[in-house]
Amino acid sequence: MTPQTLENVWCRPDGRKGIRNTLVIAYLVECAHHVAREIQFHYREQGVHLIGFSGCYPNDYSFRMMTSLCTHPNVGGVLLLSLGCEGFNRHGLRDAIRASGRPCELLVIQQKGGTRSTIQAGRQQVEAILADMATQPRGTMPISELVVGTVCGGSDGTSGITANPGIGRAFDRLVKARATCIFEETGELIGCEQIMAARAVNSELAEVLNASVEKAARYYAVLGHGSFAPGNADGGLTTQEEKSMGAYSKSGSSPISGLIKPGDVPRSGGLYLLDVVPDGEPRFGFPNINDNAEIAELIACGSHVILFSTGRGSVVGSAISPVIKVCANPETYRNLAEDMDVDAGRILEERGTLDEVGDEIVDVVWAVARGQQTASESLGHQEFVLGYKSFEPIGPTCHPTYQ
Amino acid sequence: MAWTRSKLTFGFESFNMATTIHLSPDDNIVVLAGSLKDGEVVRIGNATFGIKGGLGLGHKLACRPIHKGEKIFKYGVPIGSATKDIAAGEHVHLQNMKSDYLPTYTLEAEHQFKKTS
Repeated sequence: MTPQTLENVWCRPDGRKGIRNTLVIAYLVECAHHVAREIQFHYREQGVHLIGFSGCYPNDYSFRMMTSLCTHPNVGGVLLLSLGCEGFNRHGLRDAIRASGRPCELLVIQQKGGTRSTIQAGRQQVEAILADMATQPRGTMPISELVVGTVCGGSDGTSGITANPGIGRAFDRLVKARATCIFEETGELIGCEQIMAARAVNSELAEVLNASVEKAARYYAVLGHGSFAPGNADGGLTTQEEKSMGAYSKSGSSPISGLIKPGDVPRSGGLYLLDVVPDGEPRFGFPNINDNAEIAELIACGSHVILFSTGRGSVVGSAISPVIKVCANPETYRNLAEDMDVDAGRILEERGTLDEVGDEIVDVVWAVARGQQTASESLGHQEFVLGYKSFEPIGPTCHPTYQ
Repeated sequence: MAWTRSKLTFGFESFNMATTIHLSPDDNIVVLAGSLKDGEVVRIGNATFGIKGGLGLGHKLACRPIHKGEKIFKYGVPIGSATKDIAAGEHVHLQNMKSDYLPTYTLEAEHQFKKTS
C-alpha cells in the first residue's frame, strides 16, 4: 500500500521535513578532522554523524555541498570544526545554517587552546545542541515531499537484471505517488543517452540530457578511465556500455522531469537526472572518486533515503541519510547477508519476480522513512567523501516542470 | 523484459534450476543465472556446451556463432564488438570483445593493470 503521508517526521524551521534527527559535526579542513572525530565518536550511538572537507583551498562547489548537507532536512543541528587558517568560508557556512533556523556552533581550534580544550568545548556544545534538537517539533509529511536517490556500486553481470530494474520498478511507483526520485552518474549512462533523452518531458530537456552524457564521455576520455572497476569485469561485465545499460535501468520508465546538479533540490515531484560530471575542462581529477562521493551529492540534492544496488557486495552506508542495500547477486547476498536489506538476486533463483522485488523495495522505503534502521545504519556505517569540483548553474531548460 | 530460460544440466544429472537468461530476442548472448564449476555443461536452446574452468553467474555466453567485428547485443542493444570469431556456447568477455566507447581496465593476476582495447 502506498501511504499518502508519513507521520512523526521532524519539522524544521525552514519548512523542510526530515526522517532522521541527526546532529552533524563537520570539519572544514583535514587539520580539524581528528578533533571533530574525537568529539563525534563519543556520541556515535546518539545520531551524531561526522562529515567534512579535507582541502585547504576554497571551492564554490564544496561550500555549496557543505551548506546543502548541513541544512538537509534529516539534520537538526550542526557543530563546525575549523583549524583557523584554512580557506573554507566558515562564517558564511555558519550563517547559512543559522539562517535555516538550525542550531549551529563554530569552534576554531587555534582560538580555543588546542586539541584537548577544543574536544572538551565541542562535547559541551554537542550536549547543548542535542538538548535543543530533542525539543524540535514532529509532524506529518506528504509523500510528495519525500526525495529518494539511487546509486549502484560494485556492479556485476546480475545488477542490470535484478536489483537495478527492481529499483526502476520502485521508482515508477514512487514517482506515481508524486515523490521525487533522483538517479545519477552520467558517466554510467554512456551508450544509452539517446534512449534516455527520448524520455524527457520536452525536446529542450532531451538536448540537455544528451549533452550531459556527451560531456561525461569527453571527460572520461580525457582521464583515460571509464567508470569501470576491475571487480565489474570479474563479475561478468565487459564494457562501459554494458555496465551503463544495467545502471540506466535503475531509472525505471517514468518521464524524466529535469536535470539537476549537486546541491539543487528539485522543486516538484518526478524523476530527475543528477549530472555529477564537472563543467569545463577536467581539472580536479575523476568526477567521483568512489560511491560515497556520489551518495553525498544525492543527499545534497535533498535525498532523505538512498537505494544502493550492489552485485559484488558493497558494505557502505552514509552520514545524514539512510542507505538501503539492494543486493543483485544471490551468491553475494548469502555471503554478506548482514549488510543487505533486499535480496533482489532471488529473481535468478526463481524465488520472486521483478515486480515483487520492486514492491519490497518500496515497502522498505516506507519502513525506513518511519524510523526502521537499515543494515548499514545498525552496523554504524557513516561514510562520507567530498572533493573539489566546478559547475555552472543549471538553466530554466533543465527544470521545465517548475515555473 | 521477456526472458527465455534454458534448463542447465550438471554432468548427466538434470537440476530443476534455470541458469541462462536470454534477455531480448535480438541478443546474441545469454547470461548465466547460476555459477558453473569446471567441466559442467550448460544447455542453450537445443545444444549443450561444456564450460572449462568454471564460470560465475552474470557472465555471458554466445548463443549463436558471432563473427569478428559483429556487435554483441544484450538487453536488445549493442554493448560492444567482437574482436575475434566466437563460437556458440563460448564465454563472451574481455578476451573476445571490446567496448565501442572506452577501454576496459582489469587487475591481472600479477597485480598489474591491463588495458583491453
